[in-house]
Parts: sequence; structure tokens; C-alpha cells
Amino acid sequence: MTAIIKAVKLEKTYRDEIETVALRGLDFSVEKGEFISIMGPSGSGKSTLLHILGFLDRLTGGDYLFEGKSMNDYSDEGLAMVRNKKMGFIFQAFNLLPRTSALENVKLPLLYSDVNESLWNDIALKALDSVGMSHRIDYEPAHLSGGEKQRIAIARALVNDPSVIFADEPTGNLDSKSGGQVMEILEKLHIEGRTVILVTHETYTAEYAHRLIKIKDGLIEVDQIVEQKHKHQNGFFK
Amino acid sequence: MHIKYTVKTAFRGLTINKMRSFLTLLGIVIGIAAIILIMSLGQGAKNLILSQIQSMGPKVIAIAPGRQPQGITDMLSTFTDSLKEKDVAELQKKNNVPHLADIMPIVFGSQTAVYENEAYRPTILGVTGLFAKIYNIYPSEGRIFTDEEVKGYADVVLIGSKVKTQLFGNDSALGQRIKIKGKNFKIIGIFPKTGQVSFLNFDDIAIIPYTTAQQYIFGIKYFNRIVVEADSEENVERTVNDIKITLRNNHNITDTTKDDFFVETQAEALKMVSAITDIFTLFLAAIAAISLFVGGIGIMNIMLVSVTERTREIGLRKALGATGKNILVQFLLEATMLTTAGGIIGIASGAFLSFVASFILGRYLALAWQFSIPILAIILGLGVATLIGLVFGIYPARKASRKSPMEALRYE
Repeated sequence: MTAIIKAVKLEKTYRDEIETVALRGLDFSVEKGEFISIMGPSGSGKSTLLHILGFLDRLTGGDYLFEGKSMNDYSDEGLAMVRNKKMGFIFQAFNLLPRTSALENVKLPLLYSDVNESLWNDIALKALDSVGMSHRIDYEPAHLSGGEKQRIAIARALVNDPSVIFADEPTGNLDSKSGGQVMEILEKLHIEGRTVILVTHETYTAEYAHRLIKIKDGLIEVDQIVEQKHKHQNGFFK
Repeated sequence: MHIKYTVKTAFRGLTINKMRSFLTLLGIVIGIAAIILIMSLGQGAKNLILSQIQSMGPKVIAIAPGRQPQGITDMLSTFTDSLKEKDVAELQKKNNVPHLADIMPIVFGSQTAVYENEAYRPTILGVTGLFAKIYNIYPSEGRIFTDEEVKGYADVVLIGSKVKTQLFGNDSALGQRIKIKGKNFKIIGIFPKTGQVSFLNFDDIAIIPYTTAQQYIFGIKYFNRIVVEADSEENVERTVNDIKITLRNNHNITDTTKDDFFVETQAEALKMVSAITDIFTLFLAAIAAISLFVGGIGIMNIMLVSVTERTREIGLRKALGATGKNILVQFLLEATMLTTAGGIIGIASGAFLSFVASFILGRYLALAWQFSIPILAIILGLGVATLIGLVFGIYPARKASRKSPMEALRYE
């Protein structure tokens, strides 16, 4: 299998008034179809890592290859295009556009794609159907529950048929039942063959993945296969 | 780029805060409406003045005494007595002014006319019978006076419709006698309701032979104007020169800067009036443009607020694949749509206001005012409005487009 994601001595230093080293040289790779959880306490650098892997932020040292091509070889425009075509994002705060229907929210990535406008409705409806939200297409975010909002956000992440899904604490704002539903969907996406990279600080959420990377102080502390899943006891209930 | 959806997105951005968008737009509406109103009224005023001048016909040349006025304060010096009977005689000579077709001296002033117990003070115009042809105004009752009557200092008068009503009410006036400065005049003609022609209100006029006017009414030996008609439009310029030479010879003037008369053609008058009204309109429009500038700053201000407020939205859009250019276009389009909408509303309200103004001017001031909206004003209005959107929208839009997606997503 080919590595879809490969980090080589990946470093990130923020240079504002004071210099903050967030990532101190990370080495790892992700194969196509893997489901990986990135865990760590707050300030460990896990979110920074996800932002760089998701082409949302630039690295300051080492290299990061996405599908074999270095991030440094992309212009900002090029990064935007990769984000649009190959990556799907799920955020803790859902980030749906207010006063905009679920359907229109799901269509949003298509606006920046080269997909023909006549196909948008069908694609968006299909994505909404795959997360079980077909009955809420005309609802605006204000009239949806947290779990429903996150499912719509997942539909939005799927609409461009991305090869990698990045989820940044997707259950962080949800109750355990809704959180469980969201994780089931991510698990299903993984089974369907998509690469899923999840950042979380909850062990029971992290254990949906088959591989766990623990980060501490900008370095990889643990990189292991998840052998035992505790989800039924500790976190969510089916 | 998906144009339709981009426009839709921009439109949605504006409708989220309807009241704010409306208030921002109001600045542009007022500015554009003011410009349209000013340009429309400027055009109307110009048309009105031009139609007055043109009512004399293109072949008409006017000779006035005194120097050509060099400014407002110079106007007084034009009231001199340099044009005399002798000048008319010289100008009439074929070898002096070969293309002269008609010549008519004019004296004018104001005097009280009395009929029984009624008195009224019309404009007294002393002319020859040619006035009818030159001003293209004919009495609806009666006749014009003859050359013999002019030569014979006849006491005949033609009166305007208002003069007639003031003195006689609904009674018949033709053949009656009115007293002007103690002298009895027989009414031989009455004009229909005409209004302004060549800056003279023919409703408010009493026309008598110029000889009678000079001798009995004003007691002068000179003319206030001499009107000459050339035999064709092509010969106007040449005739003007012939007139100047003849008059200089007659007045013993060698230095042309010391001319004690000035000659004006309709074309020159048209050009001068056009220039003056154009400058005036432009000046007023420039003042209105200041309000547009202020409106533009309002647009920029609101767009900056909007960009800051929607930082997270910008971050999200970028995360989902929007490029800096996409974001730039979105915000620029919002600003431009706002100002263009303001422009359209401004043009409509400006047109409405100038229509109302034209109606009032026409109805209550009895001016022959034509309502018109210059196409140029509409194009200018729309163009300026769109340009304001672009100019004042570009800075906020650039600011939005340059936000880093991650920073923008993190923004609280």
C-alpha cells in the first residue's frame, strides 16, 4: 500500500511576539484506508498537526508529503484545490453557515469545485442520505440538534468524495448518544475504504480507530495499533 | 467559477443583515439621486434657454450697444446710446452689408397702460412690422402695423393676452384706445396666449412702432438693439463681419477693442449658454459627488465590519477549498451589488424627483420646462455606483481574502 500521508521530521514553530514550538520533528505515515486517532492533552500540538495534515497551515521545518507530493511544492491556491478535492473536514463547532439550509450548507464545497452546477443537488442529497439526514434538508442550523448539525457537517465533508477525512474533536460538543452516532458514521466511512484522521482527547472516541498516535509536547509518544476497544463500557452505548 | 452561485452567495451575505445593508445603501442612493436630479434639471434649464434662443431662428443676428460684457459687473456698461438711426441706414446699404435680408431696430422699456379705470404695466416693445416674422408671433385678432405707420409715428398698439385681460377682462379690446404715458393708442392686434419667446413674455407685452416709442414713450434717439436677418445661414458669419466693419466706419472706430457695440449670432449665444449651463451643472454634480464619496466610505466601513464578523465563515470557506480569489470576489461582489442597487434606486428616485420638479416648474411657474433624464446621467450614475463598490470594496475584500484558513477558523 502507498502512504497517502507521510510526515518527515515535521516541525511547526509559531513566531509571534514569542516563539512557540508546537511540533518538534514528527515522523509517521498513514496508508490509504487507515483510521487513525491522534490523542494528546491540550497544548500537545495535536490540533496543530491536524491543521498541517489538512493543508490549513504551513509547516516550518521537515517535510509533509500528501499522496507523494510535498506540501512545500503547493501554492496557496494549490493547497485550496487539494483541500477541496481530496480532503473533508469535520469540526468540533460544526461550522455550518447560519440562516442557510442543510442542503445549501452541504453544497458549499461544490461552489469551489469544477463540478457542474446541475449535479449539485443530487450529490448533496446523496451525501445527506448517507448520514441519515434526508428528512432535514430544508432545516437551518438553528433548528437542528447538535448531533444533526454534525451529521450535516459530515455530509458536507463527503460531498466532494474526498480521499481523507479530517475530524477535529467531532464529538466534543455532543452528548454521548449523538457522539456515538457520529462515530458510527466515521467508522462506516472507514469500512467503505476512506482514510479517516481523528483528533480527540477522549479515549473511548479514539478507540473507534484501529491505530492510535499519542502526542505530547510536540513529539510522538505512542504510535500503536488499537487492540482492545472499550467503547461499549466507557463511553457510548449502542 | 460558478457565477450564479457566487452571486447568490453574495446576495445571501447582504440579506443576513437587511437593515444594515439598507442603511449603507442609502448613502449611495442619496448621492446618485442628487446627481441625477442636478443633471436632469441642468438639462431642462439648458433646453429651456436654448429653445428661447432658437425661437429667433439661426439667421438672426443681434447688435447691442456697448462693449461685450466681460463679466457680471461689466453688464452696466452695455447700456449706452451708440446705436442710432444712421447706423440702420448704413447697414441697409447693399454695398455695406450685401447679405442683409431684413433689419429691425428695437427699443424697449416698461410703462403703465391705462384703460378707463384699469391700469397695467406691460413691457413696451418698439419695433417694425418685421417683428412678427422674426419672433414668429402673430396676433390672433387684428393685424400688424405697416411700414407707413412706423414711418408716420402712428399711435397703434398690439397687446399680449395678459395685458388684454388685465385691462379689459372679457370685453372686446380690438379697436379700443388705451393710454400709455398720456398718449392714446389704438389697439389693432391682440396676441394669443404665447408665453416666453426669446426671453420676452409675449403675454405681458405692448408692441408699438419704434418711432412712436422713441419719440413719445421713452424720449430717446437711440436703439436698445438692432436685429438683422441674413439672407441665408451660410452668410451669417460674413454678415456679422460686414456689420462690424460698417458700424466701425460709421462710429470712426479704428481700434477694435474700443467697439461701442457688439454683435451676437444665435450660434454664439447657443454656445455660450450651453457652456454656462454645462459648467453650472458640472459644478453642482461635483458637490453631489462628495456625498457619494462619503457613501463610499460608509460602504468600506460596513464591509470591514462584515469581514471581521464573518472571519469564521471565511476560514470555513477556505478550509472547504475556497481560494483567496474566491473570497475576494465574494466580498467585492457584495460591495458592488450593494452600491449598484443603491445606484439603481438612486436613479429611480432622482428621476422621480426631477419629474416632480419639472411638473412644478411647468405648472406653477408657467415655464415651457421639458422633463428629461440625460442618458449620460443614467450611465454615469450606474457606472459611478459600481465603481464606488469596487474602489471602496477592494480593501475589505483583500483583507478577507488574505486571512489564513486556520487562523480564521480559530477566531472567536
